[in-house]
Amino acid sequence: MKGLVYSGFLVMLFFACQTNFEPQTLPILGNRDVGPNGDTIYHKIRDFSFINQDSQVVNNASFAGKAYVADFFFIACPTICPKTSKQMLRIHDRFKTEPNLLLLAHSVAPKYDTVAALNRYARNLGVESSKWHFVTGEQAKIYDIAGDYFSIAQEDPSAPGGFDHSGRLILVDKNRQVRSFCNGTDPADVDRFMKDIEKLLNEK
Amino acid sequence: MKNKAFFGCFAIALLFWACDQYPYEQGKILYTNFCENCHMADGTGLKGLIPPLAGADFLKNSPEGVPCIIRGGYKGEMTVNGVVYDTEMAGIAKLSDFEITNIINYVHTSWGNDFPIVHLKQVQEWLKPCENVIKPF
Repeated sequence: MKGLVYSGFLVMLFFACQTNFEPQTLPILGNRDVGPNGDTIYHKIRDFSFINQDSQVVNNASFAGKAYVADFFFIACPTICPKTSKQMLRIHDRFKTEPNLLLLAHSVAPKYDTVAALNRYARNLGVESSKWHFVTGEQAKIYDIAGDYFSIAQEDPSAPGGFDHSGRLILVDKNRQVRSFCNGTDPADVDRFMKDIEKLLNEK
Repeated sequence: MKNKAFFGCFAIALLFWACDQYPYEQGKILYTNFCENCHMADGTGLKGLIPPLAGADFLKNSPEGVPCIIRGGYKGEMTVNGVVYDTEMAGIAKLSDFEITNIINYVHTSWGNDFPIVHLKQVQEWLKPCENVIKPF
């Protein structure tokens, strides 16, 4: 009898190890609040309006019904930007034909990264604004919104190139909620991130 | 006599071991610190913006131009493997002639590159046109 219980226990243990603990849906990231009716209020990307490499207005409506990957960079950046741009380009190429995913790169040096400069940058990378927006705008607004993406952007004369920012790539869903992020200088972490993108795109 | 033979064998063993060591370790470290952010760990650069070093015809055809680019930077168009690049590169004036030589040799022998090894004397000759670049030390 005892033996049976033990073997039953062992079998259970075996199955426990087989269980896939990886959640099927991505979590909604950020602080939560309780609303007046007791409902949960999730962290959301605020309203924004910037100008892209084709002089078009890019705002929340530009991403209606779509997910997007956001990052912060500047053209003359001597440190991590080329690496993060390279990884953004990988994501761009991988999801090129996926209509429900766009990319959004914010310049943290908008006074230098004019529409013309961003246009040239995008053209050299061989990408279109219909898929990948490079935006410039009011510097304070860009720095403020970086916080919504759990990123940092600031002007700092002591930083190489004069601007400081994180190299994070951030995945936002169609409800403006942050669902995943990765280190944009680490190709292996970006591999994991691309799986998260697929998972999000497969959500109903 | 026995001792001598022993030391002889030891010296030969040491030589073999020495030959196993990668000779451009300093070049690799300097590359990681000063070049990798833009030219990437695998030397592939960034499409349309930053030229590759891996398999770059420019390195093969114009090695004499490279030391001054590392020291003083580069501005203007440059064609590498048929693609025109026009992103300004900042120079790294603090690198010594010796360090520049080691970086070039690391690049010349990495990622499948099989370009000729350059020597310090040659690099110093090639550095003459950019002698005016002020070194911080």
